[in-house]
Amino acid sequence: MKFLVNPSKFNKVADYVFLPVLILSIILFFTGLIFAFYLSPDDYQQGSTVRIMYVHVPSAWLALLTYAIMTLYSIAGLAFRIPFGFIINTAVAPIGAVFTLICILSGSLWGKPMWGTWWVWDARLTSVAILFIIYIIIIFMNLSFENRAVREKVVAIFVLVGSINLPIIKFSVDWWNTLHQPATISKLSKPSIDPSMMIPLIIMTLAFIMVGLGIAILRIKTEIISRKSNLS
Amino acid sequence: MSLRFQRLLLILLTLVIILSAVLLILYNTRENVSYFYTPSEIDELEIVINKTIRIGGFVENDSFNKISSSSFKFNITDEKASILVTFSGILPDLFREGQGAVIEGAFVDNDIFKATNVFAKHDENYMPASIKKDLKDTGYWNKKYK
Repeated sequence: MKFLVNPSKFNKVADYVFLPVLILSIILFFTGLIFAFYLSPDDYQQGSTVRIMYVHVPSAWLALLTYAIMTLYSIAGLAFRIPFGFIINTAVAPIGAVFTLICILSGSLWGKPMWGTWWVWDARLTSVAILFIIYIIIIFMNLSFENRAVREKVVAIFVLVGSINLPIIKFSVDWWNTLHQPATISKLSKPSIDPSMMIPLIIMTLAFIMVGLGIAILRIKTEIISRKSNLS
Repeated sequence: MSLRFQRLLLILLTLVIILSAVLLILYNTRENVSYFYTPSEIDELEIVINKTIRIGGFVENDSFNKISSSSFKFNITDEKASILVTFSGILPDLFREGQGAVIEGAFVDNDIFKATNVFAKHDENYMPASIKKDLKDTGYWNKKYK
């Protein structure tokens, strides 16, 4: 498991897995889209609009997962002085930002026909908007500061402070009255979604994971190279 | 205790403290964070005429009436209390009796809530349309799915 913290070991493993990840992401995306558009049923209440879920939910999960990974690596970077943690922070922040943006845009397109509005300031939507702003701030912080050692620490601390938003996003729909409905899939109870809709959701989630992983590998490798040549 | 462990402890402790601070703030401002009031919460509050608020609940069964082609009245209920709402405008597709809804507007007097915006709320259940038919045929249809 050393490749998770060691840049040169990471490079070796990344070279092995990159092609499989690329192929898997193409296969999963096409099967997922075919399932989402043709092989999944209309919802009893929402009709065909429910298909937006197969993009909206995976991107939301990935936006949170990306941030959770950044949080863990920030702790590793600060507490155990592992430089690879800071490399991850720089490399994956834009990926998380794009997933958050996809989540917000697809949610907006879903909200208009179902709720009757593009956007409301309820707790769930607002906390996700804050997550997007946090990602943008991290990206800009990564571009600022002359001194790399200072920049890395400031960014990592900011990531940690921002991680407080994650439980707020997750539980916002349970703690407060929101227009957004509560979670469909939770660990403690049986998911209230039919298997015929669960399958495309799982395939699309795996596809999103593979795409995110592929881009992450490329960006992390680039970051490692640019640090070796002292470009940043 | 090694230095690494001390740093880890310091980071985790700081996170816990900040998180509890944020949660305390959010808990004490929950009335503002919540997007709408339920009808039974309205009962406990003093009604301010013409102040814009949002109420949320279910559209009460057999309460929906058309006043004209584009104005409606219905009750919003949470099974403990209910509020009479009037609205003129276009209702969202999902709007129907038994469906969750969030209403933006203001009380025009103590009993009548005049809506300016109506949002439909959908639940977290997803189910193919064909299954609904099967369930209804066999009598297993749960009314709360609506």
